[in-house]
Amino acid sequence: MTSAAIAGVAESDLGVTNASILALQAQAITRALADAGLSVSDVDGLATSGVSRFSTTQVADYLGIQPAWSDSTFAGGSAYEMYVARAVQAIEARQASVVVVSFASNQRSAKSRRLGGILESHTPEAQFETPYGPLYPISYYAMAARRYLHEYGGTPADLAQVAVLAREWALLNPKAYRYGSEPLTVDDVLNSTMVSTPLTAADCCLVTDGGGAVVITSLERARDLRRDPIRILGYGEATTNTSMSQVPLLPTGACESGQRAFASAGLTPNDVDVIELYDSFTITVLLSLEALGFCGPGEAAAFVASADSRLGGRQPLNTSGGGLSYCHPGQYGVLLLVEAVRQLRGEAGDRQVADPSIALAHGTGGILSTHATVLLGVNR
Amino acid sequence: MIDDLAPVPDEVTQEWWEATRERRLLLQRCDRCGHVQHYPRAMCVACSSFELSWLASEGRGIVDSFTEVHRAPHPELEVPYVIARIRLDEGPVLLSRIVSSDQGQITCDACVSLAWQDIPNGYKLPVFYIDPK
Repeated sequence: MTSAAIAGVAESDLGVTNASILALQAQAITRALADAGLSVSDVDGLATSGVSRFSTTQVADYLGIQPAWSDSTFAGGSAYEMYVARAVQAIEARQASVVVVSFASNQRSAKSRRLGGILESHTPEAQFETPYGPLYPISYYAMAARRYLHEYGGTPADLAQVAVLAREWALLNPKAYRYGSEPLTVDDVLNSTMVSTPLTAADCCLVTDGGGAVVITSLERARDLRRDPIRILGYGEATTNTSMSQVPLLPTGACESGQRAFASAGLTPNDVDVIELYDSFTITVLLSLEALGFCGPGEAAAFVASADSRLGGRQPLNTSGGGLSYCHPGQYGVLLLVEAVRQLRGEAGDRQVADPSIALAHGTGGILSTHATVLLGVNR
Repeated sequence: MIDDLAPVPDEVTQEWWEATRERRLLLQRCDRCGHVQHYPRAMCVACSSFELSWLASEGRGIVDSFTEVHRAPHPELEVPYVIARIRLDEGPVLLSRIVSSDQGQITCDACVSLAWQDIPNGYKLPVFYIDPK
């Protein structure tokens, strides 16, 4: 249990925005501060990445602030769960009092996504992996999926269930990219364009613009602000690999990340009322559910296909519609936190889970490279 | 292979790439603890020693996992092709391709043997084919 809390959250505009990265950052940050009843001048801590080489400096400069604390840890989509941990530590150490964690991307409008990823020619991967032409990150997740199905006797239909569930939730979320579209079937996923076997286009997350921000302060201060505080109960993380060959595909670093987070919060997977997992690909969700201890080995697909993961179920999963059907701006981790807070506040509209007390947000970055878990709870 | 993807050796990896010209797949073995590793590094990941020697792989292993790529990351690459993680009998895993095999033959844990592909700068790239024995 920490002495820090989330006081405000917001999304920037999502989908296809034709906006610049920094304008989307400014939207997300000012909206989250307004949600908290604070303003830009109250911010003395800033954590962000994905803007430029000097990401926090860039955003601080754009906002016209000079923070006392900053962090630009680069860990892909898991960075935002890591920033929550760092922010708690900065607040408890009195290095900062109001920290904003933010991210935004215009990757769809700017057409900046590359199937081969970004090549840094001085890395070992550039010499020993890139010459073979893997899709980055897709081919690594595809190999993890193939190994997973091989070990547990599964089929691609098991993966497809994750995309089907995501679409169901997205149809309940007016902000979702796929809101107003048709429900997805397992056959739709299997018959979608093949990208890197066994993953089809429908097994892969969206490519959209979007962003979000989270305002973190002490619980004491958050009590006096506009919204009921959401407590940060615990956190954990793990960093495992950057190349495609150096660690076993299964299980993932989410095991250690989850164990560390549950231990720090004094909780177990059974205590969690709503689960928000990074769904870069359908396989990511199955691997994370098992690694975090929500399901036994090889049992995640059955959970996803069951009523337990749905509205009214025991542990509703990825309630926004996820990166697969709601929004995936490249580093989706901040939006996991936004959705977890909205569910705990009871403001999730048609997709609201019945009276949740505890939520888990788990980010995954790179090629199952970085893993970070945050446990959040209502303040009772 | 296309020029953009050609490897650029450094002082640690130069010998490894030179050996590919003679179709030799080198691994690093630690002189202090005996650990075998790939990719080549300045130090042993098991004991942090900087005393490392080269060991030629026998070129046999199994498929740890694989994926058939249907959308090329570069327009010059022809799809489909098979990317795989190969677990060598000596221990290390390397990323590679599986060539000249029916897609139906390829499964996790299938046995493979080493082959070589020419690449633009005179080096060769180790690849594998399914080789049931």
